[in-house]
Amino acid sequence: MLDKYSRLDKVVKVYGRQPGQLIRILHQAQEIFGYLPPEVQAYLAARLNIPLAEIAGVVSFYSLFNSEPKGKYTISVCLGTACYVKGSQEIFQAFKNEMDLDDDDTTPDRLFTLRSTRCMGACGLAPVVAINDDIYGQVKAGDVAGILSRYQAKELADDHEYQRPVEHPATAPPPH
Amino acid sequence: MITSTSDLLNIRQQHLPLIEARLGREEAAGEHQILVCAGTGCSSSGSHGLREELKKQVEAHQLQEKVKIIKTGCFGFCKLGPIAVVYPEGIFYCRVRKEDAAALVKGLASSQVITRLLYRDPATGHLPRRMEEIHFFQAQHRIALRNCGLINPEDINEYIARDGYQALAEALTRRPEEIIAAISASGLRGRGGAGFPTGRKWELTAAAPSRPRYVVCNADEGDPGAFMDRSILEGDPHSVLEGMAIAGYAIGAKQGYVYVRAEYPIAVDRLERAIRQACRAGLLGDNILGTGFSFNIEIRLGAGAFVCGEETALLRSIEGRRGEPRPRPPYPAQAGLWGKPTVVNNVETLANVPVIIRKGAEWYASFGTKGSKGTKVFSLAGSINNTGLIEVPMGTTLREIIFGIGGGIPGGKKFKAVQTGGPSGGCLPEEMLDTPVDYEALTEAGSIMGSGGLIVMDESDCMVDIARFYLEFSQDESCGRCTPCRVGTKRLLEILKRITSGEGSMGDLKLLEDLSHDVKEASLCGLGQTAPNPILSTLRYFRHEYEAHVRDKYCPAGVCRNLTQRPVLH
Ligand SMILES: Cc1cc2nc3c(=O)[nH]c(=O)nc-3n(C[C@H](O)[C@H](O)[C@H](O)COP(=O)(O)O)c2cc1C
Ligand code: SF4
Ligand code: FES
Ligand code: FES
Repeated sequence: MLDKYSRLDKVVKVYGRQPGQLIRILHQAQEIFGYLPPEVQAYLAARLNIPLAEIAGVVSFYSLFNSEPKGKYTISVCLGTACYVKGSQEIFQAFKNEMDLDDDDTTPDRLFTLRSTRCMGACGLAPVVAINDDIYGQVKAGDVAGILSRYQAKELADDHEYQRPVEHPATAPPPH
Repeated sequence: MITSTSDLLNIRQQHLPLIEARLGREEAAGEHQILVCAGTGCSSSGSHGLREELKKQVEAHQLQEKVKIIKTGCFGFCKLGPIAVVYPEGIFYCRVRKEDAAALVKGLASSQVITRLLYRDPATGHLPRRMEEIHFFQAQHRIALRNCGLINPEDINEYIARDGYQALAEALTRRPEEIIAAISASGLRGRGGAGFPTGRKWELTAAAPSRPRYVVCNADEGDPGAFMDRSILEGDPHSVLEGMAIAGYAIGAKQGYVYVRAEYPIAVDRLERAIRQACRAGLLGDNILGTGFSFNIEIRLGAGAFVCGEETALLRSIEGRRGEPRPRPPYPAQAGLWGKPTVVNNVETLANVPVIIRKGAEWYASFGTKGSKGTKVFSLAGSINNTGLIEVPMGTTLREIIFGIGGGIPGGKKFKAVQTGGPSGGCLPEEMLDTPVDYEALTEAGSIMGSGGLIVMDESDCMVDIARFYLEFSQDESCGRCTPCRVGTKRLLEILKRITSGEGSMGDLKLLEDLSHDVKEASLCGLGQTAPNPILSTLRYFRHEYEAHVRDKYCPAGVCRNLTQRPVLH
């Protein structure tokens, strides 16, 4: 955890003095921690000398930011227009059924988070599903189980290397 | 480091042969270039692996001297990806798998065409070999997309070989007023949606008394179903940077920002590279080409809020705050970023600027219609054979776009509507297919040009459900600042849900219409002002579908789940 905060310090060092880089800093903080828990928001407020209320306001405004922990893989099903008319609703439903999840839910083992998104700009391949940075085009509801099992298999293979995100940072942020 | 125009021309000369061979203009005996698309579409269908495998094969056959593998941006035919084009012959291959790499490389030596990887015209069964023989490409005229699919977007030298940065060099020898006059004379209008004359916008900003001034590129592209801007950024980032630098010179700005969605990682990455390369080459930064003009560009990330595409919200977001719109006036031209005069332009608008300066306003104005000059990039999606990206002269009819270039509706289904302009736009029926794409003509028909997303719908789409879909989007994305939009879109959505679940009454149709007008008139920003458009346009052209839902409790398209029983005929 300390390591994560020192990575965050680097980000603050690079961007903290530039006006208007709060969104970039939050974006990178989210990459480091996986999400933006209140502790991290408070830490940044102190570091950047910005009121916590303002940071929380920005975090809650943008859909890219989460203050809840997410799974190792975020499955984003595009429900933008091009995908919708190509039946992405059914794909979304298939993921929900397959994992017994609702929109924005995470599996108990913290492997997958499911969410719907709006247009990833790959509309030519509609319907589109993204799993972290992998984009799948022309997906059919029947492909869903297969796609999931690919990640499950991968997980089994490198399980010993990976520590899943925990609910709250194990240690308090370092004093500043 | 490029410090003068002659340096620039030297670099151009040096790298030109590479491009000329690619254009089939130069005989490069026995040499081949394989261009592999690295746009988002093809990347997701495995173009990276293909490229790696091609390289391996080239090495295995010791052909490094004779065959170059080059990554490019989007060709527009994303659905058929990964795309690879072999030059100098110009053979167009699609759906190329990693496993095809060996055959492809082997075929080069014996000039063999691999028939199974050619594009098959679905209408004629014909197997055209070259890009120029495929109607999809033939019917287009590429200005904003001039380099997409032709150059390596990660190599500034290739951009320079395509006359890149020459427009900037030329602009810097002229007075700013002349540049603005040229953009005005070209008739270029904003491609981000509203179609405001670009020259006029620059002129207003240049005339604002306070300093500093800023140039902002709007690369938020929040419209679902649109991917034009993304493809330009991925395929030709320097054209946007050059356009921004020219804008900066014209209005007297030293600093530019590109506001791009974090959800577009490839675009962000290529932009970052392009900015780095341009700075290193001396084409951005201090004292550009020894003229004393300085201009820097930074990237700011958007974070997934549609309303941030609206210019006043976008400026707030660049300042690192919640992206909430504010009333205009004052317009950004007067008081924009940090309260200073700011030009906000769309990606495609800016990508057109260098060509206009280089080839002249008259040349550009020779394309298009009386009020809408030049070309427009559209993304074709939905129920259409050739989904992808195209660029056509303004004035081309919707019919030619959908049935000509787009190849019509798949699966023998019947065309029902084309949606243009995203959540701010409308749906046009069959009878309106001869409408030319032109700002005024589309508005008159009850839709808008918008940013260029075209979504085609067939008989299996329910227009009431589509209106519901868009309202759900607008309601979700409303920033909630003003009541007419926050509450109004919610009420509109409730009524639509009532109708699609079979509980609507005829009175609801009147209510929908009246409330739509109220929300349009009373909302603060463009989101609320245009949110009811999908309802109004579907009510105008597809009223019978609403009536079937309400009166007969029947959904003709069979989409609305409670309403699939055919009504009993009396
Ligand atoms: C809700 C809303 C969303 C918008 N989204 C975008 C967008 O994603 N990209 C864009 O270029 N313009 C968008 N616009 C239009 C911009 O506010 C602005 O008019 C445009 O960027 C100006 O550039 P142009 O004159 O080159 O078109 C949006 C407008 C509204 C009201
Ligand atoms: S119209 Fe809607 S999006 Fe625009 S300011 Fe009002 S509430 Fe926000
Ligand atoms: S609508 Fe799904 S990727 Fe654009
Ligand atoms: S992404 Fe390759 S053709 Fe569009």
